[in-house]
Amino acid sequence: MTNIESESVVLSVKDASVHYGMVQALRGVSFDVPKGKIVTLVGANGAGKTTMLRAISGLVKVSRGAIQHHGVAISSMQPHEIVRRRICQSPEGRGIFLNLTVEENLDLGAWAAPDKSAYKVNLERGFDMFPRLKERRRQNAGTLSGGEQQMLAIARALMGQPELLLLDEPSLGLAPQIIEKIFEIVQRINREGMTILLVEQNALQALQIAHHGVVLETGSVVLQGPTRELLASDEVRKAYLGE
Amino acid sequence: MDQFLQHIINALSLGSIYALIALGYTMVFGVLQLINFAHGEIYMLGAFAGMYTIRWLRLEQHPGIGSLLIALFAAMAASALAGFIIERLAYRPLRKSPRINLLITAVGVSLFLQYTGQLVFGSDPQFFPVGILELDGYTWTYGELVIEPMQIVALVLSIILMLVLQYIIFKTRLGRAMRAVSFNHDLASLMGIPTNRIISATFMLGSALAGAAGVLVGLIYPKIEPLMGTMPGLKAFVAAVLGGVGNVTGAVLGAFTLGLAEEFLVGYWVSTYRDALAFAILILILLFKPSGLLGVHRAEKV
Ligand SMILES: Nc1ncnc2c1ncn2[C@@H]1O[C@H](COP(=O)(O)OP(=O)(O)O)[C@@H](O)[C@H]1O
Ligand SMILES: [Mg+2]
Repeated sequence: MTNIESESVVLSVKDASVHYGMVQALRGVSFDVPKGKIVTLVGANGAGKTTMLRAISGLVKVSRGAIQHHGVAISSMQPHEIVRRRICQSPEGRGIFLNLTVEENLDLGAWAAPDKSAYKVNLERGFDMFPRLKERRRQNAGTLSGGEQQMLAIARALMGQPELLLLDEPSLGLAPQIIEKIFEIVQRINREGMTILLVEQNALQALQIAHHGVVLETGSVVLQGPTRELLASDEVRKAYLGE
Repeated sequence: MDQFLQHIINALSLGSIYALIALGYTMVFGVLQLINFAHGEIYMLGAFAGMYTIRWLRLEQHPGIGSLLIALFAAMAASALAGFIIERLAYRPLRKSPRINLLITAVGVSLFLQYTGQLVFGSDPQFFPVGILELDGYTWTYGELVIEPMQIVALVLSIILMLVLQYIIFKTRLGRAMRAVSFNHDLASLMGIPTNRIISATFMLGSALAGAAGVLVGLIYPKIEPLMGTMPGLKAFVAAVLGGVGNVTGAVLGAFTLGLAEEFLVGYWVSTYRDALAFAILILILLFKPSGLLGVHRAEKV
C-alpha cells in the first residue's frame, strides 16, 4: 500500500514552479495523488499550499514543470476545462458567492457536471450531509455562519460530481466540533470512493485522516510519504505538531 | 395639475430611455469593473441600424407594431454585435493591465466610433423614419395635457425589455453565471463557468438594450447623427452611478430619478441647465455617497 507506483495515479505534479511576478511561490514541487486516497498538503501560512491548488485548477500557470491528470497535461488548460475533467475545488476562505442564495450556489457547482440527471440526487445528498443548508436553501449565502459557509463550499464542489476533490483549508477559523464534523465528512466521501487532495495548516488532524502527506515549506516539499510514517517522524512532530 | 402630469409623463419616457442605456453601463461594470465609455456610441449605432433597416426593408410602407419590432430587433442585434466586437478586440487583450489603460482605451473606442460614424453615415443629422408607426391621429389631449403616443410606446417597450432583462439575470442559468462572474471571476471559473463567454454575453445583452434605446429615441426625437451618443451616454452613466454602479435595480431607479429631476428643473426653474444637472448630481454623489443610492455592499451586481 505504500508503493505509489503500483497504484493508479489520478493527479501527478511534476517539478512544478509558480511565480507571482518576482515572487516564487512554488519551487519544483512533485507529488502524486493515487486513486481513492486522501492526500494532504500541509505547511505553515505562506508555504504555497493555496498556490498549488490554484495551479492544479488552472487559475495560475506553472512557469516550469507539469501537472498531469491521468497522464494528460492540464497545466495549460483553462480553469473551466479542468473542472470539466471533474477536478473540483472548494477554495480557501469559504469562497462562496455571497450575492447568491444557497441553492443558487449549489446550482453553479453543478454547472459542468457530466450527468445532469444526477442533479436532484446530488442535491439531496448534499442536504443529507449538511441539513442546515437545506433549511437555508433560499437564503442569501452571505447570511450563513462561517461553518455553514464552509459546508456550502464543500457541498457545492460535490455538485460537480468530482473524481478529484480539492479542499483548501476547510477547517480555517472554525470551532473544534465543526472541524471534527467536516473531517468526518471528508473521510466519509473518501470511503465512498472519492479521491481527495486536502490542504491544511491544521497538520495533526489532516495527517490523521489522510493516507499520504506532503509537507511544504516556503514553496518546496521537505517531506512526503505515508501519513503513518510522517506522524512517527521526529521532524514532523517537532515542526508541525508542536512537540 | 395638467402641467405637473405632463412633466411626469415626459420624465417617465425620458427616464426609461436613460434606464435602457444605464443598464448596459452597470452590467459591464459588474463583470469587468470597467466604465465602457463607448456605450453611448453603441446606442448611436443602434439608432442608425434601426434607420437603415427601415429604409432597406421599406418598412414605412407597412407601418405598424410588427415593423417597429423588426427595426427594434435589428438594432438590438447590430448593437449586440458591436458590443461583442469591441470587447473582443479592445478590452479583452487588456484584461490583466492596469485599470487606467482600459479606461483610456474605452475613451479611444468611443472617439473612434464617433468619427468613423461621421465618415460612414455623414455628419449631418438624418431624419429617423417615424412613419413606421402611424400614430399621427392618436395624440391624446386633455386640457393642457398632451400625450404623444410615441412616448407611451417607448415607455411600454422599455419596461418590457427591462422585465425580460430582470428575468434573464435572476431566473436563468446565464443570469446566474453573470452574477457569479460579477462576484468573482476566479471563483466563477472554479464552477466550470467559461468566464470569457459570459463576459461576451453580458456585453451583448447590455449593448442590445442600448441599441433598443437608439430606436426608441429615434421615434421620439427623430433626428439622429453620429455624435448623438455623447450626452445620453454621459447621463446614463450618471444614472448608473446614482443607483450604485454595478446594481441593476439601482440603474433603473437612478435613470428615472434623473429623468424626473431634469424634467422638473426645466419645467419649473431654468431650462438652460438641463444638461448641467446630470453633472451636478454626479459631483454630489461622488462627494457624498460614492456607492450610489442603492450601493450597500455589492448587492446583486451584474
Ligand atoms: N496573488 C499573489 N501575488 C503575489 N504573491 C502572492 C500571491 N498569492 C500568494 N502570494 C505569495 O505566495 C506565497 C504562497 O502563498 P499561498 O499559496 O497563499 O500560501 P498558503 O496557502 O500556504 O498560505 C506567499 O509568500 C504569498 O505571499
Ligand atoms: Mg492558503
